[in-house]
Amino acid sequence: MTVEPVMDDPRDQFPIGMRVLAVDDDPTCLFFLETLLRRCKYHVTTTNQAVAALRLLRENKDKFDLVISDVYMPDMDGFKLLELVGLEMDLPVIMLSGNGDTKLVMKGITHGACDYLLKPVRIEELKNIWQHVIRKKKFDPKDSNNSGNQDNPHCGTAEGGIVSAGALLDQNGKLNKRRKDQNEDEDEENDENGHDDSSTQKKPRVVWSVDLHRKFVAAVHQMGIDKAVPKKILDLMNVEKLTRENVASHLQKYRLYLKRLNSIVNQQANMAAALGGTDASYLRMGSLNGLENFHTLNGSEQFHNSAFRSFPPSGLLGRLNTPAGLGMRGLPSSGMTQLGHTQNSSGSTIDQVNFQQVILPGSHNGSVLQGMPTALELDPHMNGVTHARELSTAIDNRTVFPISSGFPDAKVTIGSSSNSLLGVTNNTLMLEQNRQGAQGGIVFGNQSPVSVASLNSEFPSPLMDHNRLNDNWSNAAQSSGIHSNPFPLNDCFKQPILHHNNLQDNMSTMALRIGSNRCDVSSVTSVSPQLQDIRAGIECQANLINSINDQISNHAPLQEWDDHNQDGYYRSNVMGSSINSMIPVNGAVCPTAQGLEPKNTMFLANMDFNSTGQSNFIDTLYLKDDQVNKSAAEASLKLKQGLLMDQRKPQGSHISSSFGSLEDIVGAMVKEEQDKVTLIEGDLGCDTYSLRTCI
Amino acid sequence: MERNQMHRQVSVMRQSLFDQGYLDEQFIQLEELQDDANPNFVEEVVTLYYRDSSRLILSIDQALERNPLDFNKLDTYMHQFKGSSTSIGAKKVKAECTQFREYCKVGNGEGCMRTFQQAKKEYTILKRKLEAYFQARQSGPSETACRPRN
Repeated sequence: MTVEPVMDDPRDQFPIGMRVLAVDDDPTCLFFLETLLRRCKYHVTTTNQAVAALRLLRENKDKFDLVISDVYMPDMDGFKLLELVGLEMDLPVIMLSGNGDTKLVMKGITHGACDYLLKPVRIEELKNIWQHVIRKKKFDPKDSNNSGNQDNPHCGTAEGGIVSAGALLDQNGKLNKRRKDQNEDEDEENDENGHDDSSTQKKPRVVWSVDLHRKFVAAVHQMGIDKAVPKKILDLMNVEKLTRENVASHLQKYRLYLKRLNSIVNQQANMAAALGGTDASYLRMGSLNGLENFHTLNGSEQFHNSAFRSFPPSGLLGRLNTPAGLGMRGLPSSGMTQLGHTQNSSGSTIDQVNFQQVILPGSHNGSVLQGMPTALELDPHMNGVTHARELSTAIDNRTVFPISSGFPDAKVTIGSSSNSLLGVTNNTLMLEQNRQGAQGGIVFGNQSPVSVASLNSEFPSPLMDHNRLNDNWSNAAQSSGIHSNPFPLNDCFKQPILHHNNLQDNMSTMALRIGSNRCDVSSVTSVSPQLQDIRAGIECQANLINSINDQISNHAPLQEWDDHNQDGYYRSNVMGSSINSMIPVNGAVCPTAQGLEPKNTMFLANMDFNSTGQSNFIDTLYLKDDQVNKSAAEASLKLKQGLLMDQRKPQGSHISSSFGSLEDIVGAMVKEEQDKVTLIEGDLGCDTYSLRTCI
Repeated sequence: MERNQMHRQVSVMRQSLFDQGYLDEQFIQLEELQDDANPNFVEEVVTLYYRDSSRLILSIDQALERNPLDFNKLDTYMHQFKGSSTSIGAKKVKAECTQFREYCKVGNGEGCMRTFQQAKKEYTILKRKLEAYFQARQSGPSETACRPRN
């Protein structure tokens, strides 16, 4: 009679036999925790890797009731894991940490943790953790009930069983009915054992797989995050057996997630704004035509902005298409100074952040996307993803970035054939794009995807961390526009992120920007692959960026990067814009999140200036982590200068021409830069100058 | 009787570890988890700790040799080390770890190095003491976990 002995017995004697998954990278702590949990008569599974934990959770939907996870883990941030588990499996998660700082605890709660325990944990505390399982079960169904729908797919959430979407769909009908009955029962015996009954029953739970989430994100984007209502989303998604309740609950989580992202971005934006605070003008990437200067930089910002835009307004990256997305495009005047600044600056930051994050998805961390609900599918090669940790969570193969569906147009013109070119090409591409009014995403001409690619290749080693980032970027770049070009660069590029357009654009921009900096390149590269995955685009990007930012702050990736970048990058001002964009990315990658900020600002600045700005920018980029921040500031300044310089550049019209020249330059640079990881290699510098003139 | 003497000796050893501040309450928690099903739990945990943290200590040593110092990384390592040490109740080691992290926060490399040397010393001393303690326990009759008796 028992389908699974394990299930029956434990359930009957709940909380005895409650199935707990414990995650902690420290073997001593893990062993201790395991023993404690066994002493509480729970059924314990342990793992010291967050990715392994995710895998375990995903492969067997109904295997666990509760997850206990450490906060600091090397392969993935505990908060990211927390988010993912909450979104995908909707299991109660308890955080564990030696650090009881209020801020951290707050962070845990906002990320959805049921509880936050301090190490060393005591058995008395563990004896009561089962309450979280009950609570979840109790409240979810109730909510569903209250919403008046007969379908309560979430009834089973508390169960901890994760039912594959398919299964859920199949059983939904039956379940719903059953649920309804159960619910009725539960309602009556609310405070107690009723739940046990329902909870002991295997209620199918919707598993928000990557695909499903992608559809969800697409639907939400389509409507606009503010206007998204579960019923409509459900209709749009057109997934059988998915109930309104499922969607409603998922939407709720998604909103929280975005809110969180936004606040992060806002913070970053503020920082960026402090640096340069340009107005949203460049945000309006829409006017691609404005590409004149290497707005790409701006564009990047823009697209960041747009990316942000999508976030803030719609909360979805999907908006990358928005003008801001490409940033490059019309930023000429806005002086892209800062990513942060625009209203969307936060968005931009986010973009950047997101991009980064997005890009990272590819990163091996896999979970690059921080809590990206959609889980960007990061390519494993994104090594740069270290920071992507966060992202990685999302990125796990299964994750799908909710890359805004809207980015079809965005083609990341990663133009730069060579790494160095990246910066340049990107710009041109971007400009091009803008001119054409390339759709929201970073319209990177197909022309030089190579550059992006080249960038990637270069970075692979030096910037391990950055690479990942770069990878992401490159991927992004690649995906965006380079369809046509096979990106020799990192694997990341290989993947045609194209579809992510938006993402890619951003990425590309990022990549481009990064061109100057090695890091950039790597980031670009890393991005590219990511982009592909990201499809969802903005969200992913944002997430990426956020994650990246987070990652970066945690890791001082720049360090390595600095070493490499020391030479010549500056020159690649041209790339500057791209670099600028990269900067944010890099920033993320770079040693500190702060770097990001300044970077971002720089980024913005870069947008405008073609070469000069870039060089400055690059300089800053290269600085080591410590310096990065400083440089960022400097860069921003320089950027601003550059901007001025660039201002005169023909707006828009040049773009095409410049593009051409850029191509040439890029070509030249490519050759030289071939072996140099950093995009910006000195060659670029010269070229950038020439570019400038062209432009 | 011999046995009683052994008992007492082990007990005294154990008590002194607490009195001298080498171990704290957490160790008692470990002891309480020890039962018939897990007769050597405490020893297992401690062994695991020493094995795992030796790796960590090596990493920290290496990181301390770099120039310039990467305080973020050092802090991360130390956080981990502190976490493990806390789990077994290594009081003095934990105190040194906390101090180390303070130095990291302000970027005092000199202080970090000094503190770390101290931490290593405490770590080693505790290791020896615990080894002796476990050995005495083994040779003597098995001792059930209990609150420190005096």
